[in-house]
Amino acid sequence: MRGATHAKWAALALAVALTATACGGGDDSGGSGADGIVSSSWGDPQNPLEPANTNEVQGGKVLAMIFRGLKQYDPKTGEAKDMLAERIETTDSTNFRITLKSGWTFSNGEKVTAKSFVDAWNYGAHLKNNQKNAFFFGQIEGYDQVHPEEGQAKAETMSGLKVVDDRTFTVKLSQKFSLWPETLGYAAFAPLPKAFFDDHDAWLSKPVGNGPYTVDSYAKGSQMALKRWDGYPGEDKAQNGGVTLKVYTDNNTAYTDLTAGNLDLVDDVPASQLKNVEADLGDRYINVPAGIIQTLSIPFYDKAWDTPDGDKLRKGISRAINREQITETIFQKTRTPAVDWTSPVLGEEGGFKNICGDFCSYDAAEAKKLVAEGGGIPGGTMRISYNADTGSHKEWVDAVCNSINNALGNNRACVGNPVGTFADYRNQVTTQKMTGPFRAGWQMDYPLIQNFLQPLYYTNASSNDGKWSNPEFDKLVDQANAEPDTQKAVEIFQRAEEVLRDDMGAIPLWYQNGSAGYSERVSNVALNPFSVPVYNEIKVN
Amino acid sequence: MGRYVARRLLQMIPVFLGTTFLIFFMVYSLPGDPVLGLFGDKGVDPATLAAKRKELGLDLPIWQQYWNYMTNIILHFDFGNQIRNGRPVTEVLGDAFPITLQLAALAFAFELIFGIGLGVIAGLKAGRLADNAVLIFTLLIISIPVFVLGFIIKMVFAFELGWMAPNVSNEQKWSELIAPAIVLGGLSLAYVARLTRTSMAENLRADYMRTAIAKGLPKRRVIGVHLMRNSMIPVVTFLGTDIGALMGGAVVTEGIFNVKGVGGLIYESITRREGTTLVGLVTILVLVYLATSLLIDLLYAVLDPRIRYA
Repeated sequence: MRGATHAKWAALALAVALTATACGGGDDSGGSGADGIVSSSWGDPQNPLEPANTNEVQGGKVLAMIFRGLKQYDPKTGEAKDMLAERIETTDSTNFRITLKSGWTFSNGEKVTAKSFVDAWNYGAHLKNNQKNAFFFGQIEGYDQVHPEEGQAKAETMSGLKVVDDRTFTVKLSQKFSLWPETLGYAAFAPLPKAFFDDHDAWLSKPVGNGPYTVDSYAKGSQMALKRWDGYPGEDKAQNGGVTLKVYTDNNTAYTDLTAGNLDLVDDVPASQLKNVEADLGDRYINVPAGIIQTLSIPFYDKAWDTPDGDKLRKGISRAINREQITETIFQKTRTPAVDWTSPVLGEEGGFKNICGDFCSYDAAEAKKLVAEGGGIPGGTMRISYNADTGSHKEWVDAVCNSINNALGNNRACVGNPVGTFADYRNQVTTQKMTGPFRAGWQMDYPLIQNFLQPLYYTNASSNDGKWSNPEFDKLVDQANAEPDTQKAVEIFQRAEEVLRDDMGAIPLWYQNGSAGYSERVSNVALNPFSVPVYNEIKVN
Repeated sequence: MGRYVARRLLQMIPVFLGTTFLIFFMVYSLPGDPVLGLFGDKGVDPATLAAKRKELGLDLPIWQQYWNYMTNIILHFDFGNQIRNGRPVTEVLGDAFPITLQLAALAFAFELIFGIGLGVIAGLKAGRLADNAVLIFTLLIISIPVFVLGFIIKMVFAFELGWMAPNVSNEQKWSELIAPAIVLGGLSLAYVARLTRTSMAENLRADYMRTAIAKGLPKRRVIGVHLMRNSMIPVVTFLGTDIGALMGGAVVTEGIFNVKGVGGLIYESITRREGTTLVGLVTILVLVYLATSLLIDLLYAVLDPRIRYA
């Protein structure tokens, strides 16, 4: 076998070339103990890192480290606890008086005052600043003046915000919203230092905030190094020396770097690795519920889907989906079958309850009967639309269609309808071009039952893409928002959810879990309800 | 010669304008709204959407957008800003090109040295065992998809043997780029080896070879100068066009080895409909193609004295 010798030489040459890389491997793990640096996977943030302009999780990670707002959501329970707020008082659920704790400063030494909040909120709301989360300030009186639906802004600041003194400001809402203080843990409500307004570009290249970390260096598109801020006045001080966020091309490369020991934490385990994750990481793999729910939205603007008996049709489709099986086989239990339209992270007190009941459990015979009573599938075939470029939606949509086809005993009842890109998909959804059910995902902004219902199902609400409308539901939501007692408000929201169920305004599929894996170098790793790692509690061994 | 080069350089101007316009128009006609995509699954406030589109100039008719874009490039060397996070496109390109150049240079050196080397061995021993071994080896490389080769190398050398880091780190050292360069250059290596082999085997029987041997020239000179120089023309043509392909077509390799270079950027820009970034990238790649093809044409004259440019 003389040929084999040549192959051997070629392999040897390759091996020699590769050995050279071994020396360059580089060890950038920074120390251990309380000063140890945690390296974590990251994706390039989609927007500039302004608090009111960050609406996705990658930018959210940074904001969670460098900012603290009036409230902070407990990483375990999701409960909104006072952070910078000493007290938030109201008598009528419309006028709020907010008092700040003393002793808080930004990491550049500037004091956090009432003005830091009011200026930041006015900036976030103003149309000319093009902030993507501007609508969060929509409840404050005067928002329609700084952010009209059409044309130019008519005012510079919102009339509902007034600074009383250094530590006090008042907020007037345009309508009653008793749970409003609970929303204030959202990043958009963070205070901003003067440096943000004085030299905006400099601030963006190295943001300054009031959280437990400060930005040490930021190379856009590749990595951000955050250091513990030793002068941080809060109680949730960082337990490590800092966090280095590294951008990866995708979650697969990040995962391989974790298993090779070059990375401490990945907060998104790729679907293709879920089968190996037990063997690779053992108990260093986290899989916990996050505030994300996936549903099938129904195009109620299409006459064929908005028939008098349509609720039976939709309930039938819901009962034809074998959620248990799909979450187990396709998602390897990183999704939990849905039993309502909210999320388990709310907890029972927050309003999570099995409201969907039988309508969310699989029963082929019952499904067939309900669909027939509801007039059958419109046009004989329904097409479930999804975007094909990200999120591997094809697998589960095909599985859902399979399940429906099997249950109804009709191979033509359901097919998937891929749309090339996310941009195109959202364009078709928002311009109401859908002719059949379409996938919808909702990640909560704050852990409140209101956030899972009002923006999605209230008549003409901002994310009500299916255009479902029900006066009874709207009435109950209004009533709940005006109810000063939290527990009673939650109960009224649940009644609204029952109205949603009776009409099956959207078909709940499953709750998405947050997943993460970490190296042996670190411990005490957890994900919060927003599926963001709780960086400040991570300990380096 | 000088006039020929000048003419070729002048020809680049209409090609440059044409390609930028074509790419610009193609991105424009892709379905979907890039600004809308930024808002995720959540509802969009129409006023913010309109203001953002106005800020980016996306509300203008396409010919006006193109005009603004081109005048900015030519007058201020301003390639515009990304839709996604407002970074200047020149900065984004400045981050992606150096690493891609490094990777392409390594892959190019790899395919040049090993490709021609293997080709020469096979060509000189055409029909014998060494030739067959190279044939099988190249066939194997050509038939393995890039991502399979990438994963195999990663699996064997990074995880089983532990000789290298599985990914390119953010420092992007030369040594880390060797593995991706081998994967990237592997396919072209096989082509180069085959081209060299065929060309050499053919020219071995040429009249000038017989003459050179008959003149009593040493074997090294016959092969090194007479044979190599004449056999290299098709190989050089291939290598020249391959530079562009190595730079722009490394999407898969870059993804596997965590290289944040041009290939991945092109892919991302297409899915996100980042018109300005994409046009900037492609424009530079077009310039690279134009420059290398000019260089190859000039190399012909060096390799073959019968070729003259007026």
